[in-house]
Amino acid sequence: MNDGGGAGVVELRGVCKSYSRGGETVHVLDELTLSIPRGDFVALMGPSGSGKTTLLNLIGGLDRPTGGSIEVEGLAIDRLSEAALARWRADHVGFVFQAYNLLPVLSAERNVELPLLLTRLPAPERLRRARTALALVGLADRARHRPRELSGGQEQRVGIARAIVTDPTLLLCDEPTGDLDRRSGDEVLDLLGALNREFGKTIVMVTHDPRAAQRARRTLHLDKGRLERETRA
Amino acid sequence: MRWLPLLLANLRRRPLRLVFTLGSIVVAFWLFALLEALRSGFATSISMVGVDRLMTLNKTSIIQPLPVAYFERVKALPGVAEVSFFHWFGGVFRDGRTQIPVYVCDPESFLRVYPELLLQPGVREAWLADRQGVLVGSGVAARYGIRAGDRIPMRSAIYRQRDGSDVWEMNVTGIYDIAEGAATLDRQSFFFHYDYFNESVGAGRDRIGWMVVRVADPGRSTETAARIDAAFENSSFETKTSTEKAMARQFADQVGNIGAILVAVVGAVFFTMMLVTANTMAQAVRERTPEIAVLKTLGFPSAQVMWLVLAESLLVTALGGLLGLALGAASIAAIGPGIRQFIPVFEMTWRTVALAALLMLAFGTAAGAWPAAGAMRLRITEALRHT
Repeated sequence: MNDGGGAGVVELRGVCKSYSRGGETVHVLDELTLSIPRGDFVALMGPSGSGKTTLLNLIGGLDRPTGGSIEVEGLAIDRLSEAALARWRADHVGFVFQAYNLLPVLSAERNVELPLLLTRLPAPERLRRARTALALVGLADRARHRPRELSGGQEQRVGIARAIVTDPTLLLCDEPTGDLDRRSGDEVLDLLGALNREFGKTIVMVTHDPRAAQRARRTLHLDKGRLERETRA
Repeated sequence: MRWLPLLLANLRRRPLRLVFTLGSIVVAFWLFALLEALRSGFATSISMVGVDRLMTLNKTSIIQPLPVAYFERVKALPGVAEVSFFHWFGGVFRDGRTQIPVYVCDPESFLRVYPELLLQPGVREAWLADRQGVLVGSGVAARYGIRAGDRIPMRSAIYRQRDGSDVWEMNVTGIYDIAEGAATLDRQSFFFHYDYFNESVGAGRDRIGWMVVRVADPGRSTETAARIDAAFENSSFETKTSTEKAMARQFADQVGNIGAILVAVVGAVFFTMMLVTANTMAQAVRERTPEIAVLKTLGFPSAQVMWLVLAESLLVTALGGLLGLALGAASIAAIGPGIRQFIPVFEMTWRTVALAALLMLAFGTAAGAWPAAGAMRLRITEALRHT
C-alpha cells in the first residue's frame, strides 16, 4: 500500500527487509512505501510476524533495509555509518519499549539522564532537564526511586521521560502498553496523546491492542510485510 | 566524571561478586607490594655494600679456612690499604638452641676497616683492652635484653677448648650500631677477640675464615684482587678474592633468585586475578546484554559502550589494586622493623607504586578486553528480542 507521496518527516520508498535463516531467505518487509507527516500519530497493527517491529526498527535506525530507502527529515539514514547512525538516534529519536528497559541500578532521574550523557551539557543542567521530563510525565516526586520501587505504569512513564528528554523529532513506541494493566495503559496512552497534541511530537506506535490504536490519528495494518490498509480515527 | 555514577552503579550491582573479585585483586597487589619490597631490599643491600672493600676466601669454599699468616702477607701487598679477618664461631646461646652469629675478629683492624660501626664513647678503648670483651649488635641486644657489663657464656657449635669445654666466657663491652645507609654489617652479631679464641681453642688454631681488604684505589679493585690471589697460587690454601658486592650477590643467590621468585609468584597470582576479573566482567556483560542494547538504542556509539565496559574493568582493578597496595604498605610498616634487622631497606618505593599502576592498567585492560569487544559487537535488534 502506498501511503501518500507528500514530504513527510519519515519517507520510506520501496523498503525491503529479508533475513537469512537456516539457509532460507525470509522476507519480512516487501516493497513498502510510507510517508509520515510531522506531528502525526501512527499506530502499526498486524498479526505476529507481519513486520511491525522490523518497520519500527528501520525507521529508528536500529536496523538497515535490504532494499529501498529511508529518509527522516530529508536525511537518508540507511546510508549513514554505524557511528553516524548512533549520533542521529541520540539527537532525533526517542524509544519507548514494551518492557520499559530501565537500568535497574539507576534512579529514575539517572535513567532519564542517560541520553543526555552523550551531550556536552554540564551535570546540573542534565539533571535539571531530567527532572523537568519526569515532572512532565507526573513523576517529579519519584526522581530518586529505583525502577523496582515503581509500579509498571510509573516505570513506563519514566521510559517516556527518557525518550523525550532530548526533545527528539520522533517517538517510536513498541507495544508501550503491552505489559500494563488497563488503567496504567490508559495513563500511558493519555501521555502519548498529550505529547502528540501539545508538543507536536511525531509518534509511531506498534500495538496489538485496538483500544490503544484508537488513540492514534491513523492506524496502518500490516500483513506479511506489506501495508494492507489504513484506518483513520 | 560524567560516566562515574553509571560505572559505580554497575559495580554495586552484585555486591558479593564484587567483594570476591576485589578480594582476589587485593591479595595479588598485597603480595606484589611485599615481594617487591623484599626484592628491592635485597637489591639495595647489594648496591649499598662498600665498593672499596674486597673479600678473600679459601678458593675451595667459604667453610674452608685460611692460615692466619695470610693476614700479614696480604697487608704487605701493593694496592692494599687495610686488612682485617674473621672467623665463624657458630654461637649457641642460653638454652642451647638459640643460634647467634658470632664472629672472631682482629679488633684493631676490624674497627679500621669498618668505620661505619658506631660505638659509645670509651667502648672502643675498653673493648681493645679486654681480651674477653665482645661487641654486641643493637638488634640482638634488644631482642635478648643484653646490656653492657653482662657476662655471657657462649657455646660454639663447632669448636672446643683445649680443656674440652665448648663454652667461652665473654664480657659485653658495648653495644654497636651501624651508621644509617650502611649495609655491610648487620645489628645481629657478636664480635670478639681472635687472640682469646686462638689461644684457647683445641683444634683449628692459627686459622681464619676470610679476610676483608680495603683497597687504596677503588678504581683498581680488580687488579688488587688478582694480585692477592696470585700471591697464594699453587699453595695449599689458594684464595678467591672479589668485591663485597659480588659476595653479597652470591649470598643472595644462595638464598634464591629473588627476582625469579617474585616473577613466578606474582605472575601466578596476577594470572589468577586476571581470570577472576575477566570472568566477572564476562558475566556482568552477559547479564546486561539487554541493557547494553538499550544504551546503543539511545544512541551510545559502539566504541563508547566498549569503553564503558573497559572502564568498569579498570575501575575494579584499580580499586582492588589500591586497596592491596594500602594493605601492603600497612604490612610493611608493621613487619618492617623485624625484617630490617636482616634487610636494611624494606619499604614500599615510588617505583613499586608506579609498577603497580602499570599492572593495574595492563590487567584491567586484559580482563575487560574480551567482554568489551563483545559489547561493542552486540547487535541491537537481536539483543532487544530477548528482553
